[in-house]
Amino acid sequence: MAEPIVRATALHKHFGALHVLKGVDLQVAERELVFIIGPSGSGKSTLLRCLNRLETPESGSVVVDGIDLLDRRTDLNHARQRIGMVFQSFNLYPHMTALGNVTLALRKMAGKSRAAADAAGMAALERVGLADRAGHRPGQLSGGQQQRVAIARAIALEPRVMLFDEPTSALDPELVGSVLAVMRALRESGMTMVVVSHEMGFARAAADRVVFMDDGMIVEQGRPAEIFETPSQARTQAFISQIQRH
Amino acid sequence: MGNWDRFIETFFNAKVMARYWPDIVDGLWVTIGLAASVVVTGLVAGLALALLRSLGWRVVNWGIVLVVDLFRALPPLVIIVLIYFGLPSLDIVPSGFVSTWVSLSLVLMAFSEEIFWAGLTAVAKGQWEAARSTGLGFGQTLLWVVLPQALRITIPPLTNRTIAITKGTALGSVVAVTEILGQASSAVSNSYNPSPLTLGAAAYLVLFIPVVAFGRWVETRFAWRR
Repeated sequence: MAEPIVRATALHKHFGALHVLKGVDLQVAERELVFIIGPSGSGKSTLLRCLNRLETPESGSVVVDGIDLLDRRTDLNHARQRIGMVFQSFNLYPHMTALGNVTLALRKMAGKSRAAADAAGMAALERVGLADRAGHRPGQLSGGQQQRVAIARAIALEPRVMLFDEPTSALDPELVGSVLAVMRALRESGMTMVVVSHEMGFARAAADRVVFMDDGMIVEQGRPAEIFETPSQARTQAFISQIQRH
Repeated sequence: MGNWDRFIETFFNAKVMARYWPDIVDGLWVTIGLAASVVVTGLVAGLALALLRSLGWRVVNWGIVLVVDLFRALPPLVIIVLIYFGLPSLDIVPSGFVSTWVSLSLVLMAFSEEIFWAGLTAVAKGQWEAARSTGLGFGQTLLWVVLPQALRITIPPLTNRTIAITKGTALGSVVAVTEILGQASSAVSNSYNPSPLTLGAAAYLVLFIPVVAFGRWVETRFAWRR
């Protein structure tokens, strides 16, 4: 394996008395799609949020694209432009249009002119199939469309890695497909992706590796078929059979 | 002379009104100047304090809360009197206008800080996270993402509070500010007739009815619509 683009080592994180991450290691290779699954409270979202330092682990190290995110001297804002993130609740800016959402960071951080930012923003909206909704506000879009705008907002910055935190969990079932289609296209374009999600069908079809977390630790990881069909750990088996019953 | 005639003679005395209405108009301009100054400085200071508070420096925030609670608790007239009669003992001699302006600005600052702060904290945490995850810094996130949403929530309560405090300009009459009520009071003393007060009331209505109507319009315009 070449030098991984994401290398998290021995992460520990507490929320008060709660020990959420108990020494987690995760490496992600370039162009790899890693799925993280596990019961709620297992620490998978916290792990993901450590990868762009929305959460700061108490110990361990996080290096993304050669940048040490826990180094005090690191320009975090600069680093974060290389790490796109998509949230469960979309978190679009309600007072801006879809295009405004996508271009804000391009204009304010990447230093692009309005024209250049608009061009890049329209290209990103095009990629998620929403160029015709550029002038709509989030409130005028369906949940699936909002999430695709959120993906466009992240990819417009041309990140090296994309983090997805339960991107389809807040969506009505009939809207999930459109978001997964965008994620699949992104995957095919060679984007490195770390996805926290329970979309097992998508994981089977697209993931290179599935990581199962429980109780703040990585219990086991492997190819999707291994984890879903022949997991070696009892906890993994229990979890897989539970979600497959639904 | 019947009761009715006496009433008209007392409160709507045409001769007295004709004599003193230019004074009331002078007072109207002073009230407008004072009110506008209070609105500008009070709101700017309140917003500045709320933004300062959002930085989350604990000791600074204790100070802000202390100041804000102080000026929300004190009656505005007490602050005016303290400044006007108290500061000269420190060799600072503010005019009545300045005393009233500073006092009401402090009160509006205190109330508006609380309203701005409530607005800032009402914006969902996910908005901060989304903006920061795209590389926007704290200040940029505050300026472009959080503040516009916070202001939208705060405009209706802010408008109400601003109107309420602006009417406190009448308190300036106590420290010799020649605003509407001050002009009316001296006219009453000089003419031995309360009709100038009627004129003063009319002047307040002329000034504040449009402001109140504007407030009502703002409230409906900015009511939640997402």
